Formats: sequence, C-alpha cells, structure tokens
Amino acid sequence: MNSNAITTRYPGYDVLNKRDTPSWDPITRQVVEERLSMSRQPRFFDLAQWTAATALCTCVVVQPDDRLAVPVAAMLDARLFEDQGDGWRDARLPPLRQAWCIGLAALDAESQGEHGLVFAQLAAARQTALVEQMQCGKLRAAAWQGMPSDLFFSERVLHDLYGAYYAHPAAWSEIGFGGPANPRGYVRLNKNRRDPWEAIEATAENAATVKRKNTRVR
Amino acid sequence: MSGDAVQHPRARGGQAPDVFRKGGWVSMREYPCDEEVDFVIVGTGAGGATLACRLAEQGFKVVALDAGAWWRPLEEFASDEAHQQKLYWTDQRICDGDNPLKMGSNNSGKAVGGSTVHFAMVSLRFRPEWFKCRSLLGYGADWPIDWREMWRYYDEVEQALSIAGPITYPWGPPRKRYPYRSHELNAAALVLARGAEAMGTAWSATPLATVSAPHGKSPPCVYRGFCVAGCATNAKQSALVTWIPRALKAGAEIRDLAMAGRIETNDLGRAVGVEYFRDGAWRFQRARNVVVAGYAIETPRLLLLSANHRFPDGLANSSGLVGKNLMVQSNQAVWGVMDEEIRSYKGPPSLSISEHWNYQDKGKDFFGGYAYMSQGPLPVGWASTQNGRGLWGAKLSREMQKYNHQAGLKIVGETLPQERNRVTLADEKDQYGLPVARITYGFCDNDKKLIAHALHFMEQALEAAGGKEIWRQEDDTCHLNGTARMGDDPRTSVVNADCRSWDIPNLWICDGSVFPTIGGVNPSLTIQAIACRTADRIRALAQRGEL
Repeated sequence: MNSNAITTRYPGYDVLNKRDTPSWDPITRQVVEERLSMSRQPRFFDLAQWTAATALCTCVVVQPDDRLAVPVAAMLDARLFEDQGDGWRDARLPPLRQAWCIGLAALDAESQGEHGLVFAQLAAARQTALVEQMQCGKLRAAAWQGMPSDLFFSERVLHDLYGAYYAHPAAWSEIGFGGPANPRGYVRLNKNRRDPWEAIEATAENAATVKRKNTRVR
Repeated sequence: MSGDAVQHPRARGGQAPDVFRKGGWVSMREYPCDEEVDFVIVGTGAGGATLACRLAEQGFKVVALDAGAWWRPLEEFASDEAHQQKLYWTDQRICDGDNPLKMGSNNSGKAVGGSTVHFAMVSLRFRPEWFKCRSLLGYGADWPIDWREMWRYYDEVEQALSIAGPITYPWGPPRKRYPYRSHELNAAALVLARGAEAMGTAWSATPLATVSAPHGKSPPCVYRGFCVAGCATNAKQSALVTWIPRALKAGAEIRDLAMAGRIETNDLGRAVGVEYFRDGAWRFQRARNVVVAGYAIETPRLLLLSANHRFPDGLANSSGLVGKNLMVQSNQAVWGVMDEEIRSYKGPPSLSISEHWNYQDKGKDFFGGYAYMSQGPLPVGWASTQNGRGLWGAKLSREMQKYNHQAGLKIVGETLPQERNRVTLADEKDQYGLPVARITYGFCDNDKKLIAHALHFMEQALEAAGGKEIWRQEDDTCHLNGTARMGDDPRTSVVNADCRSWDIPNLWICDGSVFPTIGGVNPSLTIQAIACRTADRIRALAQRGEL
C-alpha cells in the first residue's frame, strides 16, 4: 500500500533531537514520552476488531517506509479505552466506542459479503476500493445498524486516525513542523526565514547536504 | 500532575493556585455554603470572571463556580495539541439540524478562565451600527445599549488586558491607540496584507490579548504558536491570569471542579442559590443573587434544567426564548500554496486582519458582515482541515508536505438570529446525571450568501498575494452566541440591558448568550465589556436600593 508514499522535504530532521533544548519544557517531555512508550497491545478492541482496525489504519494512513510506523491503531485503541470524546456527536452517530464497534464489524461484513474474506485478508487494492465506497456512503449492509457509512468515515475514521497520527513526533518531523516550542519560541517570523532550531527544506539537488545539516538542527 | 487538577479541587483551605509561580499559592477568602453571599456566579470565562472581579472590587461577597480545573499554565500546559484537549469542554453534546455543529476545541472551554484559556486572543470592537442593526441596517434585533457607552467599556477592557494593537485602526470611529504596540507580523500575516493591498482594501495588525512587552507578571509573547492549545508562558491575557487573580485579591472565592446542576427558586419566585456538584457530593450555595455565565450552550441548559413547579419551562423563560436564536459565526477559509516558506506555526495564529466587509455595505447581496484573518494551524488541526475536503491516504500525505508553504484567509462571519437554531435538553445523561444539551443548527440563505461573498473575495485576494492551488474550506464554524438575548421588551427578550432577567429580578445572565446579534468579530472583548457595564449597573442599582 505504501508504494506511492511520498518522501519528506525535510530529510534528516527529527523533532525529538530538540528534546533536551530550551524548546521543550518538562511537561511536554513527559506528555510526549508517554505517547512514545504507549502499549502496542490493544486494551479495548477484541482480536477481530483489532485485526480490522490495524488493517484499516494501514490502508488509510500512508506512512514512509524508511522509519518505524506510527502505531495509529494502538493510539486509537488507547483513545477508546479512555473513552476520550470530542465534546460533541452528530446525532446520526452512536457514541464513540459504539460507533467504532459497529463500523469495524460492518466493514468485515461488507468484505465477507463481497469477497468472502474479512477486511484484513483483502489485498490492498480491494481494501482501498471498499474504503472509497465507505467514503461515498455506498456501504449499507444491515451490519451498519443504520449508521451512515460516509459519516462514520469522515467523523470517526479520518478524525480519529489522523488526530492520532499527527499527534506523533514522527509526523511532525515528516512535514517540517517545529514541534514543541516552550520556552524558546521563535524569533524569525518573516518569509523564507528559519531559526537555527527549525527544519531545513531540501530540493532535489541539495537533499544530501540538507540531510546532514538537518541532523544537527536542535 | 495533570490528572490531579481534574480529580481534586485545588481552591480550598483558604488558598488557590498562583498561576504565576510554579507550585505557588495565593490566599483566598472562603464562604460557608449556608452563608447567603451577595452573588454566586456560574462560570468563570470572559463573562463570569470579569463580573466576579468587578463585583468583588466593589465590595460584594462573591462566590464563582467553574466546572473545569484550575490549571497551572507554567507547569501543566504542554506544547502539544492532543494533550491540551484537556482545556476543552469534551462532555457529550448532541448536534443535529441542517448543519450540525462541531463543538469542543473551536468554541467551548472547561477550565477556570473558560474558553479564554484557549482562545486566539483576537480582541475586536463591534461596529457601532451593530448595536442598532434592526433600526439602522434593517436586520436582526437592536441592542438595548448605546454604542458610545460600550465604547467606554471597550476602553476599560483593552487597558485591563494590555491589548497589543496598531497606533491607528483603519475602521470605525476614532479610538485611542492600543495600550501595547502591535506584534511583529509573521509571513502568513504579510500574505493577507499583500492580498488586501492588491484588492485596494485596508488591512491591519490584529489587536491581540497577548502582551508585546512585559506587563505585571506576564512576560512578552515568545511566538511559540500554541495559543489555541493554552499559553504556557502567561503572555496571553486570559481570564485565568487577569480577572481571576484580581478577583481573588478583592475577596472573591472561586471554586474549581464545581458543576452547577440547578438554580433553586423560592415561593416568591426569587432565586435562592445554586446546587452544584463538587468533591463527590451535591452541595448548595445560598445567595441573594445568581449569575449564569456558562456561555451559549451551558447557560440555557442550566436555565432549562432548573425548571420547577413555578417555572415549568425553565427559569427566565416567560418569553419562550431561552435556548433560541443560537448564533454561530461562520468560519470558512480559502487556502493556497505560496512559493516562499511561510511556516505559519510561528506566532499567534491571526496576526493580521481585514474588517473591510464589516464596514462596507455597498456591493453586498446579504445582511451582516465579516472579518477575515491570517491563519496558523498546527498539524492535528491542519490534517483535520484537509480531511474536511475528503483527503486521505497518499493524497493527504502529499498535501501535508506543503504545510510550511500554505497560507490561508479565514472569516469570522455574522449569521442571523433564527429561533429554529436552538439548545434543548436531550434524553441522554452526562457523568453528573444531568440531561445533555441537544444543539440544533442550520444556516439560512442570508448566511450562505455571506459565506459565498467572503470565499469569492478572499480567493481573489489570496491569488493576488501569490497563492497557488487555491481551495475553499466550506464547512467550519466558530464562536457561539445568543440563546438568552437582551432587549427592551420582556416579550421578546430574556434579560434587559443590565443582563437582569425580566422574570426573576435576582437572576442575571452575563456571557455571550445575551447577544441579540453576533456581528462579524470575535465576541470575547464585547462579552468582557458587557460584564464591566453590568458590574457598574449593579453598583448603581444597589446604591438606589433596587437590587
């Protein structure tokens, strides 16, 4: 699935190199360390749900293949284990945990119905096709229990998976985000100006040099 | 450390957290529950904290309750979007209607200091005509307050918060220069400036409630850019670091983790106090006056939850308008990719602004106005915006690679009051056993025309500024107002100009709920100005024996 993964414009940049600089304060170190050391074993999902959720995360969130993958499914599981809501719910959706339980079971049911296999057993292209149908609201099997599949996809799948992924330092490094910034903050605010503790953007010509320089950014 | 703040009340035993010193405490006066205090205030955001401070400074006995935690910003505010969701009201609410709202991060706080702990600090005055927009502009409803009076209170709040802004502001009647110099503009703010100049319209540095030079115990802003996730340096002039320390000093008691569930009334139809949940038990605070300052969702919810034999439709609701006329502000944007590096994560998110279409009425096919501002989304928020256009997988990854080159223009747009947009009680219960709010919302045709106008104009402006691959974000909303409007007539409003209930003379409402119209500017400055005015009116009424 990651065959069309993109390469970062910020080779060599790792926001975690700033951990012991004035850009990180104690509470931020603690919070990020907890996230990095979280259990990769599910505490909320059962085995079937966990298998489906893992496959769905791999299908939806494309990650570079030259580093360890961000454990999106484990982050989702942690959120469901804590039952951490957003503060609202579209009236057409059931509560957080219930929505995920129904959605994953329905995805497996749709997959079984069409291909005789659960979602995780499908080839990548077929998984993608099924997810695209979910995005368009075309999945309507009884297993959805009346939950609109397009709404489940936009309000739960995308919201929860990407909310997890972009909360991870690896994703910050990938897009050249400065990351935590207390107490140092920033000084150079104008266009094309970067502080020495910010990532350098590479071009095709200078990628190797930039990579070397970025490893020293902190 | 963080868990502690949401599990055990901190303000007790005669002390409260000192937000300016790590591990520090300040002394706090305490009142027994069975003492009838002068005012019990529900909510400590822009309305409640301001009023608590001003009333305590006038010598009234004040107890303020907040459902949220009393955070210590210097130790407990991480530079981390996900962790800082602890500042948002994440208790369940159910949203329906033609355009179901998204709550939480963009519009609801649950903390001592309310939403001001995570607001974007944009501090704008209403256009004067908006206070009489039915009479002068032909839409919405008139406010029962004169703009010149509000202008004096705006002055007061801008001084109290040391607002950093330009020497001359391009729109509206002449005003004094802002107390603090404006902040340096970041690259994203300069994109707005280029676009506005190309369109032949004015622009300005945004007046912001974060200090550009030291003030008291607040250091100047360091441009770390996590403003909407909470300020870890105390540069932001939130209620938590401004009105609340002042209120404590003046003798107010503020109770954290205190969720109000019901206002009691007596046989005479007067409010006698508030039942609230704190430290594992329901308690009751007696008071001569009750002020509701829970913002546009929790305020009507509490009034409706307090229905009793005498007031079967909820308190202060003889007009039937409690919960109705909920107004959001439209929050649509255009985004584009710039050749140059923008890195808009640096600095406050909205450093520049155009209020052109708040003050210019020609060329509009709709009522109302909008401001638009430069933007600085952080990664989680930015990914969510991209999800909103249906992107995921490799397409999303490719878009996210452009993060440091993107720039956006986003409106704070006026919507019209409509009675069908409302807050009611759902069957579902929250963790306190109280029915949750059901929020019903849909844009009207006028709202849609305003949005279309804004997107069209901003698209041209962004293109003129050099933006490429421009696209429209059409689905966002922000601030909430209405649901307990003020007015001159008890039949068509919930409170009078003094924020005093028509039905129950010792019940007051002091937050954005009282807005009859919402205007095209962020509401926090106006909420605080109204709270200051209400405090002065209460003093005047007390002196005349009319309280």
